[in-house]
Amino acid sequence: MSLLEVSGLRKRFGGLLAVGGLDLSMAEGEMLGLIGPNGAGKTTVFNLLSGFLVPDDGEIRFAGRLLAGLKPHEICRLGLARTFQIVRPFPQLSVLDNVKIATLARHPAMPIALEAARAVVERVGLGTRARELAGGLTLADRKRLELARALGTEPALLLLDEVMAGLNATEIDAMVHLVGAINADGVSVLLIEHNMRAVMSLSHRIVVLSFGEKIASGTPREVAADRRVIEAYLGEEYVHPAQA
Amino acid sequence: MSLVKLLVLLAVAMLAALPWVVGSYLVTVMIFIFFYAYLGQAWNIVGGYAGQLSAGHAAFVGIGGYASALLSMRLGLSPWIGMWIGGVLAAALGAVIGYLGFRFGLRGFYFVLLTVAFAEICRVIALNVDAVGGALGLYITFTGNPRQFQFQDNRAYYYVALVLMLAATAVVREIERRRFGAYLTAIRQDESACEALGVDTLRVKMLAMILSSFLTGLGGTFYAYYLFSLQPNAVFGIPLSVEIVIRPIVGGAGTVMGPLLGSFILSPLAELSRTYLAQSGWTGVHLIVYGLLLIAVVLFLPQGAYPALRRLARRRA
Repeated sequence: MSLLEVSGLRKRFGGLLAVGGLDLSMAEGEMLGLIGPNGAGKTTVFNLLSGFLVPDDGEIRFAGRLLAGLKPHEICRLGLARTFQIVRPFPQLSVLDNVKIATLARHPAMPIALEAARAVVERVGLGTRARELAGGLTLADRKRLELARALGTEPALLLLDEVMAGLNATEIDAMVHLVGAINADGVSVLLIEHNMRAVMSLSHRIVVLSFGEKIASGTPREVAADRRVIEAYLGEEYVHPAQA
Repeated sequence: MSLVKLLVLLAVAMLAALPWVVGSYLVTVMIFIFFYAYLGQAWNIVGGYAGQLSAGHAAFVGIGGYASALLSMRLGLSPWIGMWIGGVLAAALGAVIGYLGFRFGLRGFYFVLLTVAFAEICRVIALNVDAVGGALGLYITFTGNPRQFQFQDNRAYYYVALVLMLAATAVVREIERRRFGAYLTAIRQDESACEALGVDTLRVKMLAMILSSFLTGLGGTFYAYYLFSLQPNAVFGIPLSVEIVIRPIVGGAGTVMGPLLGSFILSPLAELSRTYLAQSGWTGVHLIVYGLLLIAVVLFLPQGAYPALRRLARRRA
C-alpha cells in the first residue's frame, strides 16, 4: 500500500512556478531521495507536504487521507514529521526539553513524555548533551537535535531537509548510519540531500526535480546515468557522448 | 526540594504574621505589593511564558471592576459573586483580542498595538457612556460590610491581596509543570518549530490569553473595592497597563518568581514616591524612576532580576 500519494501538486510564488504539477508516490518503509539543483523546489515540496504552505492545485494523500486544509500540527499528529533545513531548536531549552516538546504530542503525561524524549536523545547520540542548552550546541549536534525532535513525534513518514549539510565527512558517515537505522526500524523517509554519496547510498529510489518539474526518477544507479540529470546539474556540455 | 518548600512556608508564615507587628502604613504598602504582584503574575502567563506582549491588560482590570461594581450597585449582587462574572467578561474580551491577534498572525509590535487599542476603546466607552458612570466614573459607598467586599480593618484587605498573589503564583507554578506550560515556553522561542512538532499554537495561545485575562479581571474587583472608585482614565488607562507589565519584566518574565520579585522592588518605590514626592508637588516622578529602572534592566539584566539572582546563587554554590 502506498503511504504517500501526491498528484498534480502545484505552487506558484508570483511569477515563479516553484512546483509545477508534481506526481510522487512512496511505499511504506521506503527511503526516497529528492534531489535537484538549488531552487528546484525541493523545500517548497516539503512545506506543501507538511502544511506550512497551501498548494495552488493538486492532491496530497497520506496513509489514505487527504491532507487538504490541515494545519501543520494536525499533519504532524497524523504521523508526517519534518525537519527544517535551517535548524530551529528552542535555544533556551535543554536538548532533552527540546525533544520533550515533540514527545508530548503523543504522551500528554509529563513523566512518560520525558522518558520517551530520553530514549530518542540516546538514540541519536546526544545522550551526553541532554542537559545542555540547545543554543550552545555545535552544528552537527543541532542537526541531530532537529532529527531527534522530528523522531520524537513518532512519525510514519519523516521528511528530512538537508540533515547532512554543513557536516564534515565523519559526521556525515554517522548521520547516514543513523538515518539508515531509523528507516530500518520501519519509518519511511523522504530525503532532500545535496550530498550525493549520502543520498545515493541511502535511497531506494530517487526523484530529481529541476525548476519545479520532475525530470527523472528511478534507482540511484539509473538516475546517476540519466542525461537530463547531468544536464540539470552540470550543463549540457558535460553530457558524455555515449549518453547522448 | 524540601528545603525550598520549608523556606516558602516560612516566608508565607512571616507574611501572614506581618500585619500584627507593623504599622498601618506598611500594611498598605504591602497590599499594593501583593496586588500588583498578582496582576503581574496573571499577565505573566500570556506575556511572560507565551511571549505575547499584551500592553492593554488594564482593560481586563477595568472590565472586572466595572462589572462587579455595577452589578452590586444596580442589582444588589454581592461583589464576591460579581467578581467571577467580571472575570468571565474579561476573559471574553481576552478571547476576542487573542483571536484577532493570533488567528491573523499579529506578532511583536502589532500585537502590542492591538492590545493597547482595545484598552483605549474600553476607556473611551467607559468615559462616554453615562449608564456606566461616564467621565465621573463610579463611586462605591463605604458600608464596611464584608459581604460587600468591604472591610473596616485594613488587614482584611491585606489577607485578600496575599491570597490572590499566592493563588495566582500556585496556578502559574502548576502550569509550568504541565504540558501547557512546556508548550508556552516553546512557543515563545519558535512558533513554527512548535507547529511542526504537533503543537496547536493557536489553541495554546488562546488558552493562555483567556486564563490571563480572567485572572486579571478577578483583580478588578479588588481594585474597585479597595479604592472605592473607578475612574475610566485610571482603570482602563495606559499607565495601569504599564504598571502591570513592568513588574514581571523587571523581576523576570516567564518565571514563577519574577512578578513577585518585580513587585517587591517596584511597588514600594511607587508608593514612596506617591506619598513623599507627590505631596511636595513632584507628581509622577515614580514614572521617571520606572523608566530609568527599565533601561537598566534591559541593559544589564535582559532576562530580569530573578534569573540573574538564580545564576548568582548557582555560582556561589
